[in-house]
Amino acid sequence: MKVNAFLKKINWMTLLIPVISVVLGLVCGAVIMFAIGYNPLLAYQSIIESIFLQPYYGGETIRAMIPLVLAGLAVAFAFRTGLFNIGVEGQLMVGWFASVACAIIFGHLPKFILLPMSVVAGGAAGALWGFIPGLLKARFKVHEVISTIMMNYIALYTTAYLIKNFLYTEGERTPTIPQAASLSSAFLANLTQGSRLHWGFVVAIIAVTAMWFMLWKTTKGYELRAVGFSPDASEYAGMNVGGNIILSLTISGIFAGLAGAMEGLGTYQYMTINSAFTGIGFNGIAVALLGLNTPVGVTLAGALFAGLQTGGMTMQSNAGVPVELIQIIIALIIFFVGSGYVIKWAADRLKRKGHKS
Amino acid sequence: MSFFEVLTIIIPSTLLTAAPLIFTSLGGVFSERSGVVNIGLEGLMQVGAFTAAIATLGLEHAGVGSASPWIAILLAAVAGGIFSLIHAVVSISFRADQTVSGVALNFLALGLTIFLVKMIYDGKGQTPYIGHNIDKINIPGLSQIPFFGPIFFQQVTYTSYLAILVSFLVWFVIFKTAFGLRLRSVGEHPAAADTLGINVSKMRYIGVTLSGVFGGIGGAVYLVTITSNYNVSTIAGQGFLALAALVFGKWHPIGAMGASLFFGFAQALSITSQQIPYLDQLPSVIMLTAPYVLTLIVLTGFVGRAEAPKADGVPYIKGQR
Repeated sequence: MKVNAFLKKINWMTLLIPVISVVLGLVCGAVIMFAIGYNPLLAYQSIIESIFLQPYYGGETIRAMIPLVLAGLAVAFAFRTGLFNIGVEGQLMVGWFASVACAIIFGHLPKFILLPMSVVAGGAAGALWGFIPGLLKARFKVHEVISTIMMNYIALYTTAYLIKNFLYTEGERTPTIPQAASLSSAFLANLTQGSRLHWGFVVAIIAVTAMWFMLWKTTKGYELRAVGFSPDASEYAGMNVGGNIILSLTISGIFAGLAGAMEGLGTYQYMTINSAFTGIGFNGIAVALLGLNTPVGVTLAGALFAGLQTGGMTMQSNAGVPVELIQIIIALIIFFVGSGYVIKWAADRLKRKGHKS
Repeated sequence: MSFFEVLTIIIPSTLLTAAPLIFTSLGGVFSERSGVVNIGLEGLMQVGAFTAAIATLGLEHAGVGSASPWIAILLAAVAGGIFSLIHAVVSISFRADQTVSGVALNFLALGLTIFLVKMIYDGKGQTPYIGHNIDKINIPGLSQIPFFGPIFFQQVTYTSYLAILVSFLVWFVIFKTAFGLRLRSVGEHPAAADTLGINVSKMRYIGVTLSGVFGGIGGAVYLVTITSNYNVSTIAGQGFLALAALVFGKWHPIGAMGASLFFGFAQALSITSQQIPYLDQLPSVIMLTAPYVLTLIVLTGFVGRAEAPKADGVPYIKGQR
């Protein structure tokens, strides 16, 4: 009975758009491969086989999922308040740097203090990088798309400068963080035949739950979503719109900063001097859009993209298809999700035709 | 080193780095003036740079010689224009969020160009170096002028001056022609423009396509004057810098040109500051981040308000208010 009521509540059309988009994206990818003379079936088969049957690629997929889901949550959280956070890339970078710097500077502390402290440092740095565009928007009406892009580049050059001048070691990177701050685990690595899977997935799960709880179970979350629906109505209802904008981008920044911390404390255990962005932040936009800005959706979309990217490596070695094809497919999926209006329109047309005949 | 010598290093270097930014930000002016936000400038530059690399190499192979990079720039303009149609269709006809579409455009451009490079060059991630660049030259006649000659007209490329000339041309088109008036009206108040019989979608398609043409030229100029080969990091942020120049220049062609020159100056300074007394003391990070920090400050309104076209970023749906 309850299940039935639940099923009725779901808006199937809304759910259908991401599914159709993914299918269309994969079909387009196949057409491109076929047109150039690759074997699309072999390519997709190698992706599926590697991530589901080979523990190493399975582990790497979950590993890649961790920052992707966090970045997706960051974008989705801001979206819920009607804000477009393109700055996840920069927030991730300062979070990465802060967590690694904290781990190295306070390297003498015991694990139960140092590890949480380093994770928090990453989140805090991301929060700061989200707070600034939030403040600029609330106080000076600076559009967040422009300001977060600017903040991205400021983060890129600033972290590179800080590493070069204060935490430099051979190989254009920071020293490796002490074991006491590391999220890596010999147990998880053994389990997955030497993948870089680390305990960060626990952080990601907590973050997914936290976002759901904050937005749908607290008064503040209700306010944030109300501002997203209609800033004017919220203002009229006595909500502090500016304050909510700042809060939303700050929390969004925390998620992004944590994504960076996961890379710093888990995957790499150090930070390189980046001359370009990691791409995780931009992928986060795709993840959020495809996941319809819901925690569960973001998790599923994150899994899909992580799987595609990890499996894409084997696609290159087995079917000879350059791994960039995955990026093309992801881009196409974003276009399709973004064009949901047309998909809806087409589906409506089909439905009407169905009724006539 | 005298102040004069410092100028002879920095000014030509500024002109060199500014040219691609000027072209690309002018493209942004067309698109945003028509009411379509274009975050995809980066991707359009990538397509332009890629096309320029492949075309120059091909033309050289065919024996065209030193005209190759110039023809390649034209081909890149065409490629950029065609590629930008994706953004136009998705954001104008399909009414997708323009920022989303722009982000996807960047994704697609990088993925597609590197994919094609790997296809063409047997899995290598970069093209060979082109044989004929557009070289730095001393402009005949002008470079002989005392004092100004060595600063402005020696060791420069024609593309820099072309870019500056084109920005005046764009200013004329946008502010002094009927076409420009229509383009701006569609970006400010599409419903009013529609009432007067202006085809909003058509004007916006033209705006976006022109942004692709200019973005393609920008990327191509960057390739044939600066990097000479195309790989994954050839265009890393130039397009976003051009976007910043567009905003810093307050959506005005001459403003965008001035901002591009200024950003070019900051970049030139960050590269050459090691050779210049006093400036070598300054951390390069200040010069590198200056364009972005200054753009943020301009946007806050402390130095005159920067206002986007009213309908910038808003899809136009007939009959909806």
